[in-house]
Amino acid sequence: MSTLPYASRQPGPRDPLADLIATLGSPRLPHKVGVITLALIAAWGFACYLYQLKHGLAVTAMNNYFSWGVYIINFVFFIGISMAGTLISAMLRLTGAQWRRPITRMAEGITLFALMVAGPMIIIDMGRPDRLLHVFLYGRVQSPILWDVMSLTTYMSGSLLFLYLPMIPDMALLRDQGARFSPWRQRLYRTLALGWKGTAAQHHALERAMSVMAIAIIPVAVSIHTVTAWIFGMTLRPGWHSSIIGPDFVVGALYSGIAAVIVAMALFRRFFRLEAYLTPLHFRNLGLMLLVAGVAYLYFTVNNFVGSSYVGESDEAGLLNSIFGGEYHIQFWTMVSVGMIVPCVILALPWTRTITGIVIASLLVNIGMWIMRYVIVVPTLSAPFLPVMQLGAKNAVATSYFPSIVEWSITAGGFSAFILFYILFSKVFPIISIWEMQEAPEK
Amino acid sequence: MTNDRRGFLKQGLLAAGAAMTGGIVGKVTSANPVPAASGPLSTSTGETVHAMTSSGRVVHLTLASVATAGGSQAMAMAAADATGRAGVPGKKWIMVIDLAKCDGCGKCTEACGKMHFIPPDRQYIPVLVMHDAKLESPYFFPRPCYHCDNPPCTKVCPVNATYKTQDGTVLIDNDRCIGCRFCMAACPYGARSFNWGDPMGDGGQEAEYSPEWGYPRKMGTVEKCDFCPEHAAMGILPACSSGCPMGAIYYGDENEDAVTNSAGDTVRLSTFLKDRAAYRHMENLGTKPRVYYLPPIHRQYPAPAEPKEPAK
Repeated sequence: MSTLPYASRQPGPRDPLADLIATLGSPRLPHKVGVITLALIAAWGFACYLYQLKHGLAVTAMNNYFSWGVYIINFVFFIGISMAGTLISAMLRLTGAQWRRPITRMAEGITLFALMVAGPMIIIDMGRPDRLLHVFLYGRVQSPILWDVMSLTTYMSGSLLFLYLPMIPDMALLRDQGARFSPWRQRLYRTLALGWKGTAAQHHALERAMSVMAIAIIPVAVSIHTVTAWIFGMTLRPGWHSSIIGPDFVVGALYSGIAAVIVAMALFRRFFRLEAYLTPLHFRNLGLMLLVAGVAYLYFTVNNFVGSSYVGESDEAGLLNSIFGGEYHIQFWTMVSVGMIVPCVILALPWTRTITGIVIASLLVNIGMWIMRYVIVVPTLSAPFLPVMQLGAKNAVATSYFPSIVEWSITAGGFSAFILFYILFSKVFPIISIWEMQEAPEK
Repeated sequence: MTNDRRGFLKQGLLAAGAAMTGGIVGKVTSANPVPAASGPLSTSTGETVHAMTSSGRVVHLTLASVATAGGSQAMAMAAADATGRAGVPGKKWIMVIDLAKCDGCGKCTEACGKMHFIPPDRQYIPVLVMHDAKLESPYFFPRPCYHCDNPPCTKVCPVNATYKTQDGTVLIDNDRCIGCRFCMAACPYGARSFNWGDPMGDGGQEAEYSPEWGYPRKMGTVEKCDFCPEHAAMGILPACSSGCPMGAIYYGDENEDAVTNSAGDTVRLSTFLKDRAAYRHMENLGTKPRVYYLPPIHRQYPAPAEPKEPAK
């Protein structure tokens, strides 16, 4: 493993095999501490879930008005950032963009691990997780939840395949390192290499499979964001029942997905010292893509609200008042300013479009998009056509929602698990595709 | 109001008159319209049903005693519909709420709460105060489940835990419900509640569960107004209807074209709705509720105080 300090490492002649095998070495102490901290937070989240299992969803702040809360927000958020892998890999592969090579795998990883957190979030939200099997035993295909189950499982298996296929030649490269790795790694790499020898026929088959997957995964990815939006869109609720909600979720997913890849890229660049691979060019290109997605999302957001604001239909008007100037205005305007306008300005101005600027913008986008999911889910629930209980009723349920400690803990656990999955993956498998870098045309 | 159930039923019959087409009260002694599709279960004995007297007291009756009280129909019903999924063949239960008669006393909410052992954090039939525009008078508005004919809730249920029976009632099977709460988000009327915590302390623990009465409650499942199907089977009005001292809540069978209230007035449904300019709440949503409202004109009570802005 290279011992050069971070700052003195110069981009120059690179040896992908050696450089990337180096990333698989034992982590330094601060990294170990980080991993242990993440594991502790994830374990705490899991313990809180066990507590919730015992006492029911009463330990959350949800009630008969706010029948969905932070778990659904997390679900939508993680589904959103899962767009990353598809976008970067499939689209850039299809268009033959050469600069994609060092980032496809880390993007595909985000997809898989985001889905691995999004799925459980739904189960955590269920009142009766013990009856999960009912979805398969008694499933009604007319329910948008079934559409989401089908879409999610298809997308998850598709992304797993999409991540694995281009890893086969790398597994063979690592297998051929022999005793350099511990026995379990040797066994793992040998198994996953599937007897890859790098023959022309094998390359041809892999290329074909990759092209098919790159095309097939795009409609599946669009479907999952659309179907997730339809869970909201198929209800008679102001703010949800809108024709734009499907595409709105797709564009929002692109926006948060690209931002997630940029953050991941920055972290791996720093901790694995991959400056020679993840160059300013990658940040600039992804930053511009993020800018386009941000402007598009701003456009969709304006469309979402402008019609109903203008017309002033009474049920919509109550909701809009609570979002623009009422109980949810802080969240909404934070999202608009910090999540959309500030990042887009940073990305648009050449003198702020540096690596640091782009990474800050991406972090803001991810925070903003989580808040935006909150603004999508919670205010609509606060504005039913009719109150759930009569005014002034004894023990009337709360008409505001702020997540409980248990909900925050499980949320923190979910985020930690996501990062942890990703780190563990990057320690077992090279985070940048070695063979694709070796094959990259020299600039 | 009579306190004695038999007397109450008799009064209903008298009020209905000779030309009565058979409101719910009348059915107790009328020819049994329920086919004998009850199967071997109908011979089971010792099963209890829950009923509420007109004074609001909940009683547990054995099926046999209900039968002697004039409801062989009840026995057939309870047995034929052990899963609570079938509903009563040939029936289309319907409710009419006369807002001109509602004085907002909340006795319907109370009677329903007793009948279903409802915990204090929810109401199957809250009495809301409506105030549509500043110059309009506020009015009381009892809101049960509307048992819509195009129900947004059953549409979205992933596991068919909430469903519509052939008699028009929308019920929930809490042995099936997975607690996803999609139906709660989908119901535009806020009619559904959730068992967030462990309901072990609530009443009704000794009963056997059926979607037709919804208790004993099960943690992590959804519940709501069920139109009291076991009452219908016995020819008794739902708890809210029989509990209303103003006679504002009418209930009956659309096919029989008759509805009855707690005062024993049985009226022809079709002319009643036409004469009184009945409407359904938020017709524009297309949910086709089975609950009709009569507008609050010529009210028999003082209007409610103008509600303050909800503390949102």
